[in-house]
Formats: sequence, C-alpha cells, structure tokens
Amino acid sequence: MGFSILDELPKLVWLLIGVAAFLAAIGCLLFFVDRGPRTKYEWWQASLFLAPALILLLLGLVYPAVRTTFLSFSDSRGENWVGLQNYTWMFTQPLILTVLRNTLLWVVFAPALATATGLMYAILVDRRRFESLAKSLIFMPMAISFVGASIIWKFVYAYSPAGDDQIGVLNQVVVWFGGEPQLWLLNPPLNTLLLIVVLIWVQAGFAMVVLSASIKAIPDEIIEAARIDGTNAWQQFRHITLPSVWPTLTVVLITISVQTLKVFDIVRTMTGGQYETSVIANEMYAQAFRYGELGQGSALAVFLFVLVIPLVIVQMRTNRRQREQR
Amino acid sequence: MPKSPHPRATVAASLSLVFLTGGCAYLEGGGSQSADPDSPECEAFSQWQGNEGTVSVYASIRDEEAERMERSWQQFADCTGIDIQYEGSGEFEAQVQVKVDGGNAPDIALFPQPGLLARFIDAGDAVPAPDSVRTLAEEGWSEDWLNYATVDGELYGTPLGANFKSFVWYSPTYFSENGHEVPQTWDEMIALSDAIAADGVKPWCAGIESGDATGWPATDWIENVILREQGPDVYDQWVGHEIPFNDPQITEAFDRADEILRNEDYVNGGHGNVQTIGTTSFQDAGMPILDDECGMYLMGSFYAAQWPEGTTVGEDGDVFAFNLPPVDPEEGTPVMGGGEFVGAFADRPEVVAVREYLATAEYANSRAAEGAWFSAHQGLDLDGLEAPTDRLGAEILRDPETVFRFDGSDLMPAAVGAGTFWRGMTNWINGEETDVTLDYIEDSWPS
Repeated sequence: MGFSILDELPKLVWLLIGVAAFLAAIGCLLFFVDRGPRTKYEWWQASLFLAPALILLLLGLVYPAVRTTFLSFSDSRGENWVGLQNYTWMFTQPLILTVLRNTLLWVVFAPALATATGLMYAILVDRRRFESLAKSLIFMPMAISFVGASIIWKFVYAYSPAGDDQIGVLNQVVVWFGGEPQLWLLNPPLNTLLLIVVLIWVQAGFAMVVLSASIKAIPDEIIEAARIDGTNAWQQFRHITLPSVWPTLTVVLITISVQTLKVFDIVRTMTGGQYETSVIANEMYAQAFRYGELGQGSALAVFLFVLVIPLVIVQMRTNRRQREQR
Repeated sequence: MPKSPHPRATVAASLSLVFLTGGCAYLEGGGSQSADPDSPECEAFSQWQGNEGTVSVYASIRDEEAERMERSWQQFADCTGIDIQYEGSGEFEAQVQVKVDGGNAPDIALFPQPGLLARFIDAGDAVPAPDSVRTLAEEGWSEDWLNYATVDGELYGTPLGANFKSFVWYSPTYFSENGHEVPQTWDEMIALSDAIAADGVKPWCAGIESGDATGWPATDWIENVILREQGPDVYDQWVGHEIPFNDPQITEAFDRADEILRNEDYVNGGHGNVQTIGTTSFQDAGMPILDDECGMYLMGSFYAAQWPEGTTVGEDGDVFAFNLPPVDPEEGTPVMGGGEFVGAFADRPEVVAVREYLATAEYANSRAAEGAWFSAHQGLDLDGLEAPTDRLGAEILRDPETVFRFDGSDLMPAAVGAGTFWRGMTNWINGEETDVTLDYIEDSWPS
C-alpha cells in the first residue's frame, strides 16, 4: 500500500478543522474583549485572556488530581468507598514494597550520579581544545528518547551462551577478561542499577550543558584572585566553582529527580517490570489499566504525587530566591 | 480605550466558522458501497443488506494477521455497504478499558480473554447477543465454548478464532533419524527426553519473553500439566479459586513441570542454561528445533506462522506437533486452548449484522481461506485449512469426545491471570522456590 494523498484527505481536513477551531476561538475571544464594558476595562481584559488557560488547567490538572485522589479511596471499579485499604495494601504487599525500594534506589542514585557525571565532564572539558566536540558527544544521547535508549542498552546487556559469539558489549568485555557471560537484567538488585545507568547516559548531557554554562559565567576576576592566592585545583573547585554553580546544581538535581520519579519507559522497555525492577509509575499503569485495579493504581499515583510535591516546592523556592537576588 | 468591534476580528471569526462547518460536513459524508448489491456474488449477503453504516472493531490482532482478517470480511462489507473500521492495538487489554470509560467504546471488540469480557459484562457495558446471534452461535459451537461468554444464562459473545495450546513441536526428520517415536504417555516422554539428552542434545527448549506479557508461555506449561495430572475438575476449581492457588495438588503439578523446565539436563536447547528461558522470546525459542539443537517445544498452534519461509510443516516435514501426552492414559487427554470472543458495546442494526456474520460458518471458511487460522466452529471446512497442524488442532477441538478447557490465565482476574501469575512464573524460572512463588500468587488474588 503506497501513500495516497486522497486516502489521507480526512486527516488533513481534521487538521484544518483544528486550526480553524483555534482561530475561531481566538477570534471570538478578541471580539468579546473588544466589546467589554467601559468601566474596569483592564480587569475585563485580563480575566478574559486568562480564562482559556485557567479552564484548561482546571480540566487537565485540577480535576484529574482530585478525581484520582477520590479513586484511591475506592475499590477496583471506582464505585465503592473502601477507606485506607488501598494504602495498607500498598505498604504491606511484598511486591509493592519491592517497587517502593526500587523507586528509592532510583531517586538516590540516578540524579546524583547523572549530575556528578555532568559536572565532572563540564569541568574537565572546560576551555580545552575540542571542547565543543567533546560536549556534543555527551550531549547526543539527549536527542534519543528513553525507549530508544533502552533498546540500545538492551543490546549492550545482551547475553549469548558461553562459547557463542557475544553480541552484548558488556558480556564481550567479561569474556575477554576470562569471565562467564551473565544474564545482567535477571539479577536484582543489580539489574535496577543497570537500568539507572541508562538514565544517567541520557541525562548526563543535560546536566553537563547547563552546568557548563554556569561555570563559564563565573567571573574571571574571582578565578584570577584564587590563582594569585595559590589555590590548587581541588581548592579551586571546592571553594570557587562549587559555590558559584550551586543554585544551578540544585535546579539540575531537582529536574532529574522529577524525571527519575516518573521513570516508566526505561523499565517497561528493558524488563517490563519483571525480575523485581518495577517502579511506581510502571506499577501504577499496570494496576490501573492492565489489571483493572483502579483504586490501587490511583493510590500509587497519589503517592507518586506526594513524593514530587516537596521537590517542586524546593524548585520554586530556589527560583524565587534567585529572582530576589537579581 | 474601548472601541467598536474590530472588523478584522469579526472576519477571522466568521471565516474560521465557515471552515469548521464545511469540514465537518465533508467528514459526515462517505461510506459508499463498492460492489453491486444485486450481483450474484452478493447474494449470500442479501440478508444483511439495507443496514448501511460504519462499525468500529477493536482488537489486539495486528500486522499480517490483521490484514488477513480484514480481507476475510471485505466482500461482506462491499456487498452490504457496512464499513468495518478495524483498529488493532498491542495495548488492547489496557486501552479497551480506557476507551469504554471515556465514552469512546468501539462497537465491537474481539476479546482474547473471556475474563476481560466478563469485566465489561459485570459493569453493564457489554451488550448481550440478540436472539439471531444466539441461534447462530448455538448451531456453530459446543456448549463448552459458549459457556465462557455466558453470564446468568445470557450470551454476550460468540467465539471467533481458536488456538490449540497443548502442542509439542518437534522435528519428524530428527526423530526418525535417531529412532525416536512420538510419546503416548508422560513417562514415555520423560524416557524420550533422557534418550535425547544421552545423545548430547538438550531435549527441550523454552522461552517466555514477550515484552509486557513476559511469563505467559510458562503459565501454559503449568495449566497443561494441571489438566493432565489433576484432571479438569481440579483445573476448574483452581481457575475459579475454589481451591487456593498454593493447594498441594497445584504444588504437585509445579513439581512435575519443574522436572523439565528447571532441569539443566533438559533445557534450554540452543539457547543456554535454565535462566535463558526468561530472556528468550517465545518466537525465537523453538527455532533450534530446525538445527537439531533442541528436541521438543511446547507452544500453541499459532507457532506454525513463526517458522521461516521454506520450512515444511507436516507429519513427514521439517517440523510437526503432537498433543502433549497424558499422565494417565486411562483418564484420556484433555486439551487446552484459547480464542477470541466477539463482544459488542452497541446494538445498532449494522452492528448486529456484523455480529451475525462473524458467527456464521461462511465467515469461518472465508477467514480460513486466508490462511493461518482455524476455529472450533462446527461448520468449518477442514479441507480448507492450509497448515496440517491447524487441521489437527481443529479436528481435536471439534471431536465431541475431547475435553476442552480454556487457557486458565485468561479466565482468572486480570490482576492474577495477566499479572502476578506471569510475574510469578518468570521469577520461578529465574530460580525462586516453588512455595514462595505459589504463596506470592495466592496472596495477590483480589478479594
């Protein structure tokens, strides 16, 4: 079957309808803003312009959040009230406890290691020859989706029986050193750490770019002064670089932490949550949609939401403080 | 500074409204008959003519298989003017719930799990089969089959395709060259395994990797063993949770499967040690049979489609299959299988017409003619089946003597049957103690 523009026509018409509807909505909005009352015109203008965003926010964020919270106190169909049962289930089932442990492993290791790798790299390549080439190399994985990255790393960890040709890099290395090829993704908790490596591989580039910009923003005078004072490289890093990039570092850490908390694609693509590698987001999807346990899935979602809130608050505080400093 | 209405805004608003209505009107149209309804080819479909409309069908069937299915009802669609909009999704099990909850239910859904259909019946979303469909279903299928889609005496779905999950694939050439024969009892099969192992070949291969659904092939093993060792009654009690999942009888069946699946002398032919079962996809798992690196592979009849092009499937060919032998031959050999059920969420006349058509022998034959498919329909013409294994499977399913049981994991609550049972089996293959696995699955059974 080739591509025929005629077959695709309905889709194009839908596209046109979408664009037209958007224009119509904007047109109507402008029309009504124009027709506003002469008194308090500014108030009228502001509220009308804010209305679409507010409505979308209510529909797309507030309503689902409230409904999910309600569902987390109800049974698998979301019909009957069961109190805290879903939450006791969550904290007593060995399976879910493993899931929580894995999420903890992710949150502890992934953001810290990704940021540390990024920072180290940024410092090492700073003001060297080929800096931009070196930076693009590590930044490149950023362009790959988590699913794509997971498939690539599945090959890295691939296993063939001893004696056969190894197609996985890791096992080939092990064999070169005289070891036995391993089924890397089968042994908890090592497998969770191997999955974390994938996230670090993708996110280190992001950390590196942001931190590198921040390092470059350190005034030359400070560095010069430090040099004159006779600091060594470590002292310079410890007392000059680190304090200067600290605000940026927190932002990077928090951004990657949020990414980590909602990690889903890597786990799903690489192990499907098997072999004790499941995390909250993955388990939430499985419970709510695959097993039809709406209440239990919602309870997991609420828990994830609660975990993210403090991070968001810290993020907002840092932002506000930075703004005040300016 | 308020002003009079801006002319340009008015123009923009009205122009886009024109687009909007024009575009919608265009989409409303369409749905045309492409065959002459009075032509002789269309005579067979005359009873369904006059119900023009669009029927959406949603299922997990994709790619090649979906194309064959769409071809099989093309003529029906052409002659009746019913436009069947088929959508296949790898996420069917999760998405169908989302669609129904979202008020966007398909008209017809093909459920591979009666348990999933039952969820929609309980919730009151599924539409019962009208009398016309019921009559056709009763003509076409045995009670065993219809029972799986019947709740409180009301029939909700008709069976569609079937598969046979008790097949053991083997290479007839390899067997005859080495003087092996197809075993008739479980003990003979173990003796055969030992004989193959003595030749330095791993007698079994297995693979349970299947993405999201990893673990299901191992559940088929357990179900087949329970059915043969403990009999259909215990099987039914186990599936219905009348006996606990960790009942001693079930432990016994696990131990029997253990002798093969976790026996380093027996597995995993062509792939490595026992643990590789977990990482080998079920599609790849049986391939070493072709290279004489593996003796036998338990997998459903649908595996016939996996063999590379040029492989002859047949009693004297490169590969063939036998029914997993009974533990006690006097008890007979029960078989296990699966299939899809046609459930509906709408009762418009064109939807009923499609339901009726899918329940007829004409449809079954039309689909069988496209290849790689069979069903338990009594009117199915066995000579029309291409693959000899399909013929064998259909023949056994249709035999009135056959005790047939549906794949148990498809009947259990999804949290177990598509969740912890799969996961538990994966951990079990990975070396977990049998008791631990069984307790884990039992604890997860929704109360």
